[in-house]
Amino acid sequence: MRWADAVRFAGASLARNRVRSSLILAAVAIGVAGVTVLTWLGDAARAYVAGEFVSLGSHLVIVLPGRAETSGGIPPILGETPRDLTLDDARALRRIPGVTSVAPLVIGSAPVAFGSREREATVLGTTPEFFEVRRMALDAGEALPRDERWLAAPVAVLGSKIAAEVLGPAPAVGEWVRIGDRRFRVSGILAPEGRSLGFDMDDVALVPVASAQALFDAPGLFRVLVEARGRADVPRVEEEVKRVVAERHEGEEDVTVITQDSVLATFDRIFRALTLALGGIAGVSLLVAGILVMNVMVVAVSQRREEIGLLKALGATPAAIRSLFLAEARLLAAAGSVVGLLLGEALTVAGSRLYPALVPGVPAWAAIAAVATAVSTGIAFGIGPARRAARLDPVLALSRR
Amino acid sequence: MIELSGVRRTYVVGGQPVRALDGVDLEVSSGEYVSVMGPSGSGKSTLLNVIGLLDRPTEGTYRLDGRDVTSLGDEEQARVRREKIGFVFQFFQLVPRLTAEENIELPLVLAGVPRSERRERVKGLLATFGLEDRGAHRPDQLSGGQRQRVAIARATVTRPSVVLADEPTGNLDRASGADVVAVLERLHADGITVVLVTHDPTLGRRARRRIRMEDGRIVSDAPGGLQGIAPTEERRP
Repeated sequence: MRWADAVRFAGASLARNRVRSSLILAAVAIGVAGVTVLTWLGDAARAYVAGEFVSLGSHLVIVLPGRAETSGGIPPILGETPRDLTLDDARALRRIPGVTSVAPLVIGSAPVAFGSREREATVLGTTPEFFEVRRMALDAGEALPRDERWLAAPVAVLGSKIAAEVLGPAPAVGEWVRIGDRRFRVSGILAPEGRSLGFDMDDVALVPVASAQALFDAPGLFRVLVEARGRADVPRVEEEVKRVVAERHEGEEDVTVITQDSVLATFDRIFRALTLALGGIAGVSLLVAGILVMNVMVVAVSQRREEIGLLKALGATPAAIRSLFLAEARLLAAAGSVVGLLLGEALTVAGSRLYPALVPGVPAWAAIAAVATAVSTGIAFGIGPARRAARLDPVLALSRR
Repeated sequence: MIELSGVRRTYVVGGQPVRALDGVDLEVSSGEYVSVMGPSGSGKSTLLNVIGLLDRPTEGTYRLDGRDVTSLGDEEQARVRREKIGFVFQFFQLVPRLTAEENIELPLVLAGVPRSERRERVKGLLATFGLEDRGAHRPDQLSGGQRQRVAIARATVTRPSVVLADEPTGNLDRASGADVVAVLERLHADGITVVLVTHDPTLGRRARRRIRMEDGRIVSDAPGGLQGIAPTEERRP
């Protein structure tokens, strides 16, 4: 029997049982749409997070004191090392070719007070380059002073939230606030930014790095953010950073250097796993659709015993009968897949209208996998009934009246 | 050439063995016109099914055109059936969703014959059976006689050497029945072996050779009485 004839014959018999066929078709379509939409969600979320990382400065090399054997994971909060990472180290890093900015970072917690109002805040000691590295904008006033001589100046830039809570609605720039046991003049207010990677940037006070060192009486740096000129410079800068630090630390490479890329890669892996898990869950619905295909085909075989008997009497081989029934399963799965893909595409477009952060576009691999799963489950579950049909005794099938 | 020797067919019904065929020896030469008569349950249909390779004998051998087909596999039997045998049923057994043309074409479709050749052969048969203007009709748009003519056209589209008809007129009025008999007899005139199972004595008597069955055995095998009379002239209201 010719392939095209089998498909035509199967199509005609599906068309005759319109309700039944369209129900299975819907089941397959929903399964396929489910897989495509869920994988799209996972993938779009991954793309979104990757985009967020880039906005933090994608060519970042982060230097932490102390040596950790981990890579890509969460860096140690406090490195254990006999030697501190110093401001002079940071200055040395600034001279590496291909480095555009270096932002040393000291971190601590201290109460911020104005008059009788006082509030605990995270205090970051850094340089104005930090604002460039983190792409931060100011609402009012100016950033920390650029001049090296002002590294210990008593000025502070406040997060929008802390400024509002401590200083109230009055203009804050120019006021003097107390941070810990020192007085600082407010030079600027950060634009509201919200949380980013664990820091609530609306709830910090930024002061010059040397002021923070004095405030917390800590000579070492918490970490140094080094921004390379471009993505291609990152590996070389990473190597150079290690070399320069080792040179300055009596030949010992006692810092941990992580790149934005390695952090990004970790997130990427997590989101890929999540996407696959979502796709897998939706895949289960395809399996259910496959079982539906089988159920309906079993019914079809017993309803069409007479036709099967007739086909046998007309010289259909068991193989021909099998391929006729399998052609029906295949057609249903294929048509369901097409409808499902269209439905999925429509849903993702609608979804991205609702949440513009998510970019539309079902990943090609997900679409292919969904269709392949639909068709193969359709066939796998169609084989049983098709074989039953092929084994049917034509005499019994024909004598039923 | 059909040769059955010592053919038995035993069914088990409710734990009891039932002998549908109980030692049948039969030879039918090419081009013969044979009627098989007998009471219900005498094994007529089983005999037809065994000859048509729809049923396998429990015992005995069946040779078709000199070849032992008793122990052929399902696929091979289907091929032999397709090439050499045409079936005509009491209830026509047309596929309701297909047109007359498509029904006639069906054995060729199953045999994998190309479309252009199928169309040509079907067209020829429609003309032969007086169905030229009925090709595009579905079975429910045809009269009983027309349906059976479509079924006979379908049985002959593969140019088989044997046509097996099981009560072909049992579901038709007299005029349509006579019409169908005329068609079958024309096949015989063209050299096709026709084996006809019937309850109708007048129909049975028309055959050149009459076989009578009882309890799964052939009890008489005699030449018929209407030799020499052209069958088409025998049409009665």
